[in-house]
Amino acid sequence: MNMQAILALSYLIGSITFIVGLKMLSHPDSARRGNLVAAAGMAVAILATIFLYQDELGSPLHNYGWIFAGLVIGTVVGTAAAKKVQMTAMPEMVSMFNGMGGACAMLISIIEFHHLTSDFTWELYEDSGYTFFSSIPGGMLATILIGMVIGSVSFAGSIIAWGKLNGKIKDRSFKGQHVVNLGLLAIIAGLILLILVARPGMTITYFYLILALSLIYGIMFVLPIGGADMPVVISLLNSFTGVAAAFGGFLYNNPVMLTGGILVGSAGTILTILMCKAMNRSLKNVLIGSFGGGHASAGGGEAKDQGHYKEISLNDTAVLMAYAQKVMIIPGYGLAVAQAQHACHELEKLLIEKGVEVYYGIHPVAGRMPGHMNVLLAEADVPYDKLMEMEDANEQMSTTNVVMIIGANDVVNPAAKEDPSSPIYGMPILEVEKADHVIVNKRSMKPGYAGIENDLFFKPKTSMLFGDAKKVLQDLVSELKQL
Amino acid sequence: MEQLLNLFTDEATYRLLTIVILSIFLGIEVISRVPSVLHTPLMSGANAIHGVVIIGAIIVMGKAPSHDYLALTLGFLAVVLGTLNVVGGFVVTDRMLEMFDKKKKKK
Repeated sequence: MNMQAILALSYLIGSITFIVGLKMLSHPDSARRGNLVAAAGMAVAILATIFLYQDELGSPLHNYGWIFAGLVIGTVVGTAAAKKVQMTAMPEMVSMFNGMGGACAMLISIIEFHHLTSDFTWELYEDSGYTFFSSIPGGMLATILIGMVIGSVSFAGSIIAWGKLNGKIKDRSFKGQHVVNLGLLAIIAGLILLILVARPGMTITYFYLILALSLIYGIMFVLPIGGADMPVVISLLNSFTGVAAAFGGFLYNNPVMLTGGILVGSAGTILTILMCKAMNRSLKNVLIGSFGGGHASAGGGEAKDQGHYKEISLNDTAVLMAYAQKVMIIPGYGLAVAQAQHACHELEKLLIEKGVEVYYGIHPVAGRMPGHMNVLLAEADVPYDKLMEMEDANEQMSTTNVVMIIGANDVVNPAAKEDPSSPIYGMPILEVEKADHVIVNKRSMKPGYAGIENDLFFKPKTSMLFGDAKKVLQDLVSELKQL
Repeated sequence: MEQLLNLFTDEATYRLLTIVILSIFLGIEVISRVPSVLHTPLMSGANAIHGVVIIGAIIVMGKAPSHDYLALTLGFLAVVLGTLNVVGGFVVTDRMLEMFDKKKKKK
């Protein structure tokens, strides 16, 4: 039997499942099956590679012990991490896995570069019948270099994103950072050209210099970005890793790596743009006029006198909600962190028993990623028809008696509409002020994720209900039961 | 210039370039209108797909001479990280989508 034909067929199957899987993932009804389809195709492509791949001289792969050990360790650790992670920490996890893919691409390039520079002569290369780029050996070198740069930027960037999402790394930026970043990119490009064109004797030194600069660039690129812009960056890094994988496809003349990588690259780019649209921001704005960081101090740093906020007691809140006709709950990351989604569902059921209409107003970027809050509430069995998207929620706002904001800051900040100097200006928000009463549950008066003050908290209609979201909701439930 | 044009006369290269360009359009077409509810799982699913880079890691590993410890160590690391990307990515995505499933059954 012709093994190479079977391998090629497996790659074709892999490519098709990726396309079909991605297509199914973009519709709610078929999404889960789509994910499984893509996973199955991936398994076929990986297994076929292990058992059927032959190098250009026709010999099969060896080092099976190492390969399987790596596969087993990766599978066990990956499954355990993915099963254990809290739904709230999902964006971090996605970012971390993305970084692993980038690192994988980076490592492949490093190894291939060493092959190329150690025991490789160009004569042998041309005689071997290796097809792709055989007319210009520089092509292989370029593929390795570019794959490495993109892979390492994606790796370093994803790790920073992971650190920022779980609060280990703070936003940092300085004046002229963008100039420095562009300069870094220019130096990297210059060094690649130098290697390709001049082929200097110290190629290996230059190679590691490029590697180091790429890692630094990845860090510098993500460090200043914060707040609601993080998901956009994660999506962008995701498409970077896709492109890095595609360069691997060039290197090995491998169609499934190529289609898989490019598909994710282009789909990721489109996804990035869609997310920007959902927040009414341009990609350029996200990358250059970063949220938080230096700009935040302009919005939040000046301690302008905003008057006083008023507090409301649990008991009053319970009464207000129980005798309202319509209540809208606006959940945010604070609810997610406190794991209060179940308590929230409890409150909702109790209110409905008392004849109150209850809805959830969901901002597209509530939580840490688009659609993140829907996932969290679904986890707590909140019925789907109670979840209202932002536009519908805003329409209902004027007929709503009580709006209860749980751990959300930036998505209800009127500055996005009113204050052109605010870093979140232009982002659509939930217009809670149209409701009769606004109750805000927060742990303290500290500003939210984007690091900006919220005038809403000082408005006459607004009352603050301090405390941990879960505790407050549980207490509220018991108060309501006594009414 | 001559070298650049040679790219297009080489049949394999030409084929690969065709695949690249068609894949770009396919990717854009497939994703063009997705509800924002699905952005997170979709991103995570796509994330798992680019883990296909692991095939490169397996090839590197499988071709490395058994005395080349640098290649073996780095290659091993690459296989582990690539597997993390693939397996972790698909499992996480499945977990997220499972939440959506449950609610549909109740409806």
